Amino acid sequence: MRNMRYLEHVATLILDKEACIGCSLCTVVCPHQVFQIRDGKAVIVDLDSCMECGACVNNCPVYALKVTPGVG
Amino acid sequence: MLQKYSSSDGLQHIKSEGVAILSSMQGVSQVNFNSDICLSNSLSQDCSSPNNLKKNSSFTKYEKPGYFISHFVERFIDTEVGQIPVVSSKLTFKDRLQTLGARSGITRNNYKVVPGLYAIGMPDENSEVLVTSNFKLTFDILRTALQSDLKADLIVNSSIKSSDSNKNSNKFEKINAWILVLDTLGVNVWCAAGKGTFSTKELVNRVKLCCLEKVVKHRRLILPQLSATGIRAKDVKKECGFSVIYGPIRALDIPSFIVNGRKIVDPDMRQITFNFRERLILTPIELTVGFKAFVFTAAALMFISLINSGLFSLQNGIKAELINTLDRGFISILFLLVGSLSGAVITPALLPFLPFKEFAAKGIIVGAIFSFLALFISPASSLSISAMLALSLFGTAVSSWFAMNFTGATPFTSPSGVEKEMRRFIPIQAGAAFLSLVLWIYSAF
Ligand code: SF4
Ligand code: SF4
Repeated sequence: MRNMRYLEHVATLILDKEACIGCSLCTVVCPHQVFQIRDGKAVIVDLDSCMECGACVNNCPVYALKVTPGVG
Repeated sequence: MLQKYSSSDGLQHIKSEGVAILSSMQGVSQVNFNSDICLSNSLSQDCSSPNNLKKNSSFTKYEKPGYFISHFVERFIDTEVGQIPVVSSKLTFKDRLQTLGARSGITRNNYKVVPGLYAIGMPDENSEVLVTSNFKLTFDILRTALQSDLKADLIVNSSIKSSDSNKNSNKFEKINAWILVLDTLGVNVWCAAGKGTFSTKELVNRVKLCCLEKVVKHRRLILPQLSATGIRAKDVKKECGFSVIYGPIRALDIPSFIVNGRKIVDPDMRQITFNFRERLILTPIELTVGFKAFVFTAAALMFISLINSGLFSLQNGIKAELINTLDRGFISILFLLVGSLSGAVITPALLPFLPFKEFAAKGIIVGAIFSFLALFISPASSLSISAMLALSLFGTAVSSWFAMNFTGATPFTSPSGVEKEMRRFIPIQAGAAFLSLVLWIYSAF
């Protein structure tokens, strides 16, 4: 997948770092490895490969993630 | 001899009859009757001659009137909640034929498995529960993947292996598991999760409906990673007590996942792919989905080709002009075909090797190349410059449109990106089509 990338600077993914508790569920569900856990918090490491599927948003226990697909 | 039951005393009959059948069957089967099964079995039998059961050897003991046992069910196992069908891990010719039908789009919309609980291998109350969609293709992939030979080198953590599967001596592992099929209206896991049919609500309902808590001792569900879009793990736990574990993306990796103590041993198992085969397998669907538009456009092209100086003046006689019209019509349809194939088959196949990020732009490149090729190897090479230009512009625009459509089928295009692409390229495609139309009509005069 790393050789197939779509448009840049359009993904609407937002991470609320304050709210994140570092449970790492987002790193599990994301099919594009957009997140990594660093120092006990999630970090967006590859925003442009986000396909706005909402898996991370749905599963984050503390609602620290947000995507708004379709308003790019 | 058929018995007629009136509604008032029917229950009495059925009850006594159930006992009769039960006693007659005890010798030949070990089926664990619960009251429900007794009732439905009894209705099938003529109570005056219970021995019929033994003579009708062409039926298995599982058959019930009005029901149809799916061909992929091998047998049934008895559990506290009734009989659970055990599915085969091998695909039959029928399965393969059906797969072909579904892939090509012919039977795609009605290719379902009845939702509910199934078993594979010989699961017990400690076996894992795998959740999947009721799209038959998905179901087939799962059941064959589970019993495929798992290579020993995939098993990295031997301590977990011995405690979890205690088949150390075996080089290959066969997975025994429960399969919980959700009603996703015959849509695959990923699309169903996106559309909201593979949802927390459906999962919780299905778990309760199947009395899963009575079938297994543990409280775990293994879900495909790609279903996460439709599921909120925390809510599933809250509403039915089962915790969600997201397994690998591909069914093929499930044996390794289970044997390694429900752990992903290779990060690639969490990474979605879209390789050549995966792209190509989607192209027939793209074509069948576009088929209506194709036929409509082809008819329009025939009509447009009627606009022809010769046909109005009939200077060469009506027959010759009609043939000319038909020729022009067929040539334009040929370019419609070239454009469709370029956009819906060749562009997806070559996707990562084509320049530009926008699919529509990739489609323009492929469409232009193949339209030019078609110009020189088809009868179109005898046409005027404006006609040739019209045809190649048309083929390119069609290709671009089909390629843009393919953004909906890939697992890496964000809706925001697709929207941006469409806003940019639809005007370009429409403009090219219009210009081509003008040139085409102009070339006829
Ligand atoms: S799922 Fe939410 S809380 Fe957990 S690591 Fe990701 S952002 Fe943080
Ligand atoms: S929306 Fe999907 S692709 Fe984007 S970060 Fe979340 S899980 Fe990953």
